Amino acid sequence: MDWIFEPWPWYVAGPLIALIMFLLIFVGKQFGMSSNLRTFCTMCGADKKADFFSFDWKAQRWNLVVVAGAIIGGFIGAHYLSNDVAVAINPATISTLQELGFNSAGNAYLPDELFSLDALLSIKSVAILLIGGLLIGFGARYAGGCTSGHAISGLSNLQLPSLIAVIGFFIGGLFMIHVLFPLIF
Amino acid sequence: MRTLSYLFIGIFFGIVMYKSEAASWFRIYEMFQFQSFHMYGIIGSALVLGVLGVQLIKRNNIKSFFGEPIKFVPKEKGFTRYMVGGIIFGLGWALAGSCPGPIYTLIGAGSVAIIVVLLGAILGTFIYGLLQKKLPH
Repeated sequence: MDWIFEPWPWYVAGPLIALIMFLLIFVGKQFGMSSNLRTFCTMCGADKKADFFSFDWKAQRWNLVVVAGAIIGGFIGAHYLSNDVAVAINPATISTLQELGFNSAGNAYLPDELFSLDALLSIKSVAILLIGGLLIGFGARYAGGCTSGHAISGLSNLQLPSLIAVIGFFIGGLFMIHVLFPLIF
Repeated sequence: MRTLSYLFIGIFFGIVMYKSEAASWFRIYEMFQFQSFHMYGIIGSALVLGVLGVQLIKRNNIKSFFGEPIKFVPKEKGFTRYMVGGIIFGLGWALAGSCPGPIYTLIGAGSVAIIVVLLGAILGTFIYGLLQKKLPH
């Protein structure tokens, strides 16, 4: 059972993600994590500001329960199922990241340079996290879904719009990493 | 009972996101550098099984656990919203190194900074809601 404490390989993780999607389908729901962000807005009263938020958020309570589960799952994974949380990325990736100033590459789960408590005292790190979040939230709703809703659920159902969205995800991601990262870091 | 099943699925999802390192900023960066098969293997194998399973359900009219028919809602047709929205999402995915599911997983894993990403994502959703009618879809 030692393998459970090691990072799970793709051929274990991928089929398990498909299983999660099918479990949701078989309880009559669909896999999509970003729609919860809209639910949070409505719960905070955003329905008074824009029609987009006028919907019965209580019908989405099931997905908030999934969110609560994902938080608990993250806690269990990090605290009870991992001995060493350093992510063994490609050594070539580590050296590229170190050139950009990410010295924690290869020794951590998240880069200290952006996610440590010290980084929260830096305006630049906080701005990067906030802008990253803004783009994620805005883009996911504009595109009508995120990685789970389009790349997994939508493509599994052979939806052309999901393919267009996933191509967009990669255009944006590649542009950020290859063109903008050297300017930002 | 149903609520417990959603909770169980969510916990399972959170564990898989954390243990597969799909919630790691480094794995997302490595994926966009094409320096590992890991993330492509995860998404690709989930997709192959996903496509096969959806076809099986559709062709055999398989019912849900509660005996209800399973409906697959097709996405609305269009191009602009999917391409432009997708690009904007991708920029954020690469910058914050996290998509919406892993944001929750990382909160549970004990990251405080990821809450800034979550607040940004909620704010981004709110801004989309305000501008929705003015944007090309």
